[in-house]
Amino acid sequence: MARTIVPFGPQHPVLPEPIHVTVTLEDEIITDAVPALGYVHRGLETLADIRDHVQMIQVVERVCGICSMIHAACYVQGIEKMMEVEVPRRAEYLRVIWSELHRMHSHLLWLGLYADAFGFESLFMQFWRIRERVMDVMEATAGARVIISVNVIGGVRRDLDDDQCKWILSEIEDVEKQIRQLQSTMLSDYSVKKRTVGVGVITKEQALELGAAGPCLRGSGVAQDMRMLGYGAYDDMGFEPIVENDGDCYARGAVRFRETLQAGEIIRKAIAGLPEGEIAVKVRGRPKGEVISRVEQPRGELMYYIKANGSKNLDRLRIRTPTFANIPPLTAMLPGMELADVPVIILSIDPCISCTER
Amino acid sequence: MLGNFVKKSQLKSPWLIHFDCGSCNGCDIEVLACLTPLYDIERFGIINVGNPKHADVLLVTGTVNPRNAKVLKKIYDQMPNPKFVIAIGACGLSGGVFRDCYNVMGGVDTAIPVNVYVPGCAAKPEAIIDGVVTGLGLLAEMQKEAEKTAA
Repeated sequence: MARTIVPFGPQHPVLPEPIHVTVTLEDEIITDAVPALGYVHRGLETLADIRDHVQMIQVVERVCGICSMIHAACYVQGIEKMMEVEVPRRAEYLRVIWSELHRMHSHLLWLGLYADAFGFESLFMQFWRIRERVMDVMEATAGARVIISVNVIGGVRRDLDDDQCKWILSEIEDVEKQIRQLQSTMLSDYSVKKRTVGVGVITKEQALELGAAGPCLRGSGVAQDMRMLGYGAYDDMGFEPIVENDGDCYARGAVRFRETLQAGEIIRKAIAGLPEGEIAVKVRGRPKGEVISRVEQPRGELMYYIKANGSKNLDRLRIRTPTFANIPPLTAMLPGMELADVPVIILSIDPCISCTER
Repeated sequence: MLGNFVKKSQLKSPWLIHFDCGSCNGCDIEVLACLTPLYDIERFGIINVGNPKHADVLLVTGTVNPRNAKVLKKIYDQMPNPKFVIAIGACGLSGGVFRDCYNVMGGVDTAIPVNVYVPGCAAKPEAIIDGVVTGLGLLAEMQKEAEKTAA
């Protein structure tokens, strides 16, 4: 059989971001896949040398534009832990609300791109139409569509009043209704299943061994979700991680689809239990010590390691992002599949290259 | 006659290609949002294509680094003339918040000539559409200039 090497990316219609995969084929079947990164690398961890710990919030928000609020939340949680700041309960609840709004918009975005990857363009348009409602909620509550900058050390920058809460609830209900209308297409349509069931399978053992994270891991039957640690106000939310057992693209899609609806439920619980009080406390001084902060991003576990010595700048800031963890599982998914399935499989890990390369 | 038809279609229905250089995705998802039902730039005849050889407009987001500058240059060179480039977002303009990073050369104009700059972090879809429409005015001038030099 003839061996062919096909370069996939860095500029490819299905990829919003540049990643390069060298795919080795025997006829139409993939035998090997080697990813190459570095197109988006900026080296923003070193900005900690010239910006102080407050200015760094602005930088970490821009690690990734899709889940910027969650990056900032992870960072400020770490700093707060280091400085032993008692964050007001209301601020923690507000962080949950905005985190889940981000999860909702990120998953809707992914569901659309995923539909586009297997050539279902009208489904792509439908998901993105629904997503605009979530973006409207973010713009109305935080003032920006994408990078909402609500986190400060010691709390949040903006508050929600009763009218806004009521409006968010009605919007979320409407969004959920519209998502449910697409459920039968996304989860039981013949052609969608044809493209996703049994494609890019990764077993539970492989997923654990290769260190998969987030929906990629939960799609293989491992109930691991950082929100179960109960950071912030998540200990009051009372939810179960969503798990599917097949480990294929369909399972990963189903996990994200159900998580979108779950995010709506968490927002509802957070608004119902929103305590009264301050939204931020004043924080003085500089951090000292080292800390590891972990949160659940839409793509999986996000970890910040922060080391500070009490001076103006941080000693070290290390960011470990979920897509970085999901690239080894990706290389295990590709061999044995057909070339036509490459876009679907790459999209199924929800690659966020700007997170990965920072 | 065919030439006139092509010129007119270029202005009435520009095809665009999008390349992410090193942005945080914020501007990229806003570019994609332009294509989807709420903003729907397709109603103006603007179509997103995957092949640089088909494209009239290059939308670039993010900072340039030595590795992706080559890719960007290649995409730009493959596009047929007349063409124009739109740099999107604070990073695309000057490097933005990342301008001090060690792997950042600066804005898009360090690698290729840029015609239109769209500011914002992240640039709003309305601003991106406005940038494309501004660029179309430039394209009409470029066409006239090309006619003069040909005549």
